[in-house]
Amino acid sequence: MRHIISPNVYDVAVVGSGAGGGMAAYVLAEAGANVVMLEAGPMWDAATDGDMFTWNYTSPRRGASSKERPFGEFDGCIGGWEIEGEPYTHAPGTEWDWFRARMLGGRTNHWGRISLRFGPDDFRGYSLDGLGDDWPIGYEDMAPWYDKVDQLVGIFGNRDGFYNEPDGDFLLPPAPRLHELLVMQGAAKMGIPVLANRLSILTKAHNGRPACHFCGQCGRGCATGSNFSSPSVLLPPALNTGRLTIVDNAMAREVTTDREGLATGVSYVNRNDMQEYAVRARTVVLAASACETARLLLNSTSPQHPAGLANASGVVGRYLMDSTGASVAGIFPQLVGRTPHNEDGVGGAHIYIPWFGYDQKRDFARGYHLEIWGGRQQPGYGFVDGIHTVNNLFEDRPRGGGGYGMQLKQDYRDLYGSVVGFSARGEMVARYDNYCEIDPDVVDKYGIPVLRFDVRWSDEEYLQIKHAQEASRNLVEAMGGEILTPMLSKEEGYGISAPGQIIHEVGTVRMGDDPAKAPLNAWCQAHDARNVFVTDGAPFVSQAHKNTTWTILAMAWRTADHIVELRNAGAL
Amino acid sequence: MDRRESLKLLALALSATAPGVLTAAGCRWTASDAERAAREAEEARSRGDFSPQFFTDEEYETVRILADLIIPADDRSGSATDAGVPEFMDFIVTDMPDMQEPMRQGLAWLDVYARERFGASFAACSDAQRVDLVDAIAWPEDADPALADGVMFFNFFRDLTASGFWTTEAGMADLGYMGNVFVAEWTGARKSEIERLGLSEAPWETL
Repeated sequence: MRHIISPNVYDVAVVGSGAGGGMAAYVLAEAGANVVMLEAGPMWDAATDGDMFTWNYTSPRRGASSKERPFGEFDGCIGGWEIEGEPYTHAPGTEWDWFRARMLGGRTNHWGRISLRFGPDDFRGYSLDGLGDDWPIGYEDMAPWYDKVDQLVGIFGNRDGFYNEPDGDFLLPPAPRLHELLVMQGAAKMGIPVLANRLSILTKAHNGRPACHFCGQCGRGCATGSNFSSPSVLLPPALNTGRLTIVDNAMAREVTTDREGLATGVSYVNRNDMQEYAVRARTVVLAASACETARLLLNSTSPQHPAGLANASGVVGRYLMDSTGASVAGIFPQLVGRTPHNEDGVGGAHIYIPWFGYDQKRDFARGYHLEIWGGRQQPGYGFVDGIHTVNNLFEDRPRGGGGYGMQLKQDYRDLYGSVVGFSARGEMVARYDNYCEIDPDVVDKYGIPVLRFDVRWSDEEYLQIKHAQEASRNLVEAMGGEILTPMLSKEEGYGISAPGQIIHEVGTVRMGDDPAKAPLNAWCQAHDARNVFVTDGAPFVSQAHKNTTWTILAMAWRTADHIVELRNAGAL
Repeated sequence: MDRRESLKLLALALSATAPGVLTAAGCRWTASDAERAAREAEEARSRGDFSPQFFTDEEYETVRILADLIIPADDRSGSATDAGVPEFMDFIVTDMPDMQEPMRQGLAWLDVYARERFGASFAACSDAQRVDLVDAIAWPEDADPALADGVMFFNFFRDLTASGFWTTEAGMADLGYMGNVFVAEWTGARKSEIERLGLSEAPWETL
């Protein structure tokens, strides 16, 4: 294939500009490396391109979702479950929903900012219950980098000393909202712990970034950079070194290699002119998302790497994981008709329920945490949908729910913000049989072979979600509410989300000391190509139930520090 | 043929021959299309000459009447039509093609039902007759099962009316929504509400 090849040979080429790519570029550029970063989407700046403070009524859609913005038209992430011209396929009878971002900073622009550390148990699951594998590193190896991420990025929380939920270097958390205090009261009755949430949102000015102003719209992209996204925290200082070059609209095709099988750079398609380009680099860092990184490696075949780069073990694409998910909602008479006050707060819950079942006898592996939602948020499309199912719950209405006219109008006012929800996010066990691979028959509009997914939940995940459903329902009742969501049967998977839907994809290029069983070593360096590294969620050996970004950031920093050491020692 | 069957068949027939007024049907609008449409709709509305893109004139008349029955004006805020709900609906069903059939079929159902009961289309009925018709489908648990299609339509239409009304500036003011503003200091939940509910503040140190 003919390529337009850049004349420069960079020290490092980074594929992807999200949490993992942004962190790698930041650390490496600061350390003196010349870095080129490829991003598949356009440049994006929350200060000018985001929709913070936009009123829903300025759009005829009133904030409803669109195909490009499945989480609402003002959401800060360009991409979605379906991208035109970029298909992915499934093994018959299986599901995998794949959310891909195509923009500078990727999914860090709209993520939930829940920044939980993995705890000691999360790195040694196999030793504890015989499922999956242990990581080649432990919490004590990661702790220094978690600390550095806390200090650089900023995170609020409370030092709780809770089992397997390591504390960090926290800013003060915001006081809970009214419905969150109600959750705390109900949970206390059941003996379920509630902690201050741990979100990477600044509750005071930090490293030159101003404090949060509590508009509750982190997901739209923060114009003041008061929360974590790669373009507001990591890329500006990296660019200020003068050593980072960002190439946007660059859809990576493959990692190029030499006769020894070492990486020489990355080839890509420029989405603007659809021409083939290549950048040359001494080291390649992949951070394109767990699945895109696996796809790149599998598409990077050569005589030295016939099964794909870094795939001598044959497990690239395997052990794909997501979080399990299920939601329960309740409606609460105490919250009906309350006195209005501003309940926006930060963009996310101010509390969370950590996994509380360590000592329980149970019929499934691993745990989950509960994320809480509710409150009087800015009214948007879908406002009190289905009111006919609830406006007779707390008042005697001879004809039941529904109606119209003056009474109905008052019902909307009273019921606004009276629903509270619980979303379980649980750990999926890593399995060889859950994987993505190259579909031999399908290419995308750039001519790049696409992924085919084959992922299934097992009873471990189903029974875990059954437990989460039951616990959440008990909680609604303990709080004095009415449950709105039905308990689904075993045949309906107890309401478990489709794999991929929680957007915590990890595990496709895992770490391990044995090159026969894992593509990467304990420093996220490819066993069979020493100048190839991975810094997104792909190296995760297990998923934990914890949101992945904080661990991606800490591991990326650790890996980048190691690259610096190897470069200084002349070992790359 | 009993009443239930005739209503079903007529509604089906009407939906099958629904007028294809939309060139954009089947594809969603882009953000700039949406902005332009909103601007134009608002301008036309203020001039009083809005002409719907999806609804026929007859349908649109029914939409306006129904929306105001669902959310009438009171001393706190105006009615659904005051808030531009019919224009909102015309946009939304254009933007979301999946809603076109339920909307068109439902409006047709209502006219068929009105003709059967009172010998006139819904819009041509008297106020008292319209109330009579809506009363039959507005309370799902209490409604005649034979009117299930009408009940389903009314639920759908009620939800869409609420989306269109409460998301306006006037609707948000009515609700007492006080957010989407710069807050210098976060002070948590309102103290009087914490007391009213018998709750306790967080046991940990907060801002």
